Amino acid sequence: MNNQTAKSWLVQTLILLGALAGALMVGAVLLIIAGSDPIKAYSVMFAGPTGSEFGITETLVRATPLLLVSLGIVISFRSGILNIGGEGQILVGAVTAAAVALALPGWPEVILLPLVLLAGCVAGGIWGGIAGWLKARLAVNEILSTVMLNQIALQLYLYLIRGPLIDPQEVVYGTGVPQTGLVPRQVWLARLVPGMRLHAGFILALVLAVLVYIFLWRTTIGYRMRAVGAGPEAARYGGIRVEFYLILAIALAGALAGLAGAVEVLGVHHRAMESLSAGYGFSGIVAALFGRLHPLGTIPAAILIGALILGADMMQRAVHVPAAIVMAIQGLVILFVVSSDLLLRKPELLRRIFPRYISPRSEKTKEAGTGI
Amino acid sequence: MGFFVTWRTGNIYLGILISLITGALMGLLMGIVSITFKAEQGISGIGLYMFGWGLSGLLFRLYVGAITTIEGLRPVKIPGLGDIPYIGTIFFNHNWLVYLAYILVPISWVVLYKTTWGLKVRAVGTTPEAADNLGVSVDGIRYQCLVLGSMMAGLAGAYLTVGQANMYADYITAGRGFIAVALVYFGRWSPLGILAGSLLFSMADSFQQWVQVLGISVPYELAVILPYVITIMALAVSFGRVWAPAALGRPYERGTRG
Repeated sequence: MNNQTAKSWLVQTLILLGALAGALMVGAVLLIIAGSDPIKAYSVMFAGPTGSEFGITETLVRATPLLLVSLGIVISFRSGILNIGGEGQILVGAVTAAAVALALPGWPEVILLPLVLLAGCVAGGIWGGIAGWLKARLAVNEILSTVMLNQIALQLYLYLIRGPLIDPQEVVYGTGVPQTGLVPRQVWLARLVPGMRLHAGFILALVLAVLVYIFLWRTTIGYRMRAVGAGPEAARYGGIRVEFYLILAIALAGALAGLAGAVEVLGVHHRAMESLSAGYGFSGIVAALFGRLHPLGTIPAAILIGALILGADMMQRAVHVPAAIVMAIQGLVILFVVSSDLLLRKPELLRRIFPRYISPRSEKTKEAGTGI
Repeated sequence: MGFFVTWRTGNIYLGILISLITGALMGLLMGIVSITFKAEQGISGIGLYMFGWGLSGLLFRLYVGAITTIEGLRPVKIPGLGDIPYIGTIFFNHNWLVYLAYILVPISWVVLYKTTWGLKVRAVGTTPEAADNLGVSVDGIRYQCLVLGSMMAGLAGAYLTVGQANMYADYITAGRGFIAVALVYFGRWSPLGILAGSLLFSMADSFQQWVQVLGISVPYELAVILPYVITIMALAVSFGRVWAPAALGRPYERGTRG
């Protein structure tokens, strides 16, 4: 059994790496069409994040919000609800956390820090919960409602940081940069490496990955949520309140995304400002799918996607290839990963393509391994 | 889902042609993933959305560099009708893409409900098993529809850049692809209903701009929210009426029972 599990893990990993390679290859073709040298671009993209202490810690800085968001995505996708509102949930979490921290500057760390993090969670959770309620009560498609809620959150966020919450100093000096004031120093998350931006939020995200795993696979609520995701009708027949668990799932996903926003404020920028979320709401989906919708799988996946995003930024600075390509590559990763699912579901196709390498015995293994 | 590749070249007509082709290619890509590989359509739609988003951003930065305006499509005044005071300028003085969009409403109604091809399309959408039994190629029809729909989306992108804004900016679509899907639900899956839905959305959008122009003291950002709130409300009131094709979003595999 153990041997079989290991084998199926190996096959899954190989297929995922194949999907990544495929996406990068199409990306290379795009670069050639765009008139850039893909080898030069990719070498910067991969050497940058891995080559130095700065690169490695900065990769983990990017991976932190990705990991938090993708954990939420795992919960919601597993429960059968497609949350693409991560972007909006991050923003409401970030701005709520900043507002609470700014409103209570004199409070001690032991009370204020948990309170601020909780505020981010609650705000994101409510934002996600709206889409969940709309789906459960009024059958509103959650993909559409979360996209609309992203737009609404973005505009509200911009309004708050340009207006009521703008840094008073920006008004005094007349510069008017749309950002809030610095949050009180006692709630800044501890930096883990001297001189680098890596902060305690990364450890928090790792701990939460384990907790989400335990929650989904070792608790009754988690079991019911997965049952709703696997088959809502069967779950309903089994006496599970499907609507309740749908709302709970996306509210939890929103809470994790909101926490990601709060952690970005407390750990990286120490304020809420424009372009706080660099597409983390969408990249979190990529990380979750690449982690095969498993909470522990999302850890390496989030680090990998974090490295890709950082590498693309470095590439833009070094060889002037627009970093926008990383969004296209991530989209391709999704397309390749979901396409390769067919290979996992239908092992006979895999055997037809690679007749020599797959023996009939290992085919059974894969069949056992498909129950993700 | 949404294919938001918006293209622009020096020549407007070439640009529109290229946006049709790009749209078709994106539809083909979606088809390969969701029809041939039978992937989950919601997720692959998100993937394609990100791909189009990144690709258009990449091409824009490489070729154009900065936001520049171009000379867009000129309004075409319809002879006679365009001269009627007041009404003429409202209805008969637009660029030709506007007329095309409205003409396509009755055309798509006729195609969907009065032709053999339209019958096949609706059969594949509701009971692919029955359609397959009668010798209709389910995958073939789905590919055709996807490519056709994507070309329309590409045309919509072209309209935004060359017909309306005369420029390209990141995220110029502002979620319109998704709003369009919402309008399909709201319009009960019929071309005429969708026309009504589109007009409702546009009214909310222009009301929002009107409020800003009049200088009513509503913060700009809060005014912009209005169309999105209305879209969500439109989706919410469509609740309870099942008009969606039964096999929507379901990959079809021979020999399985849906």
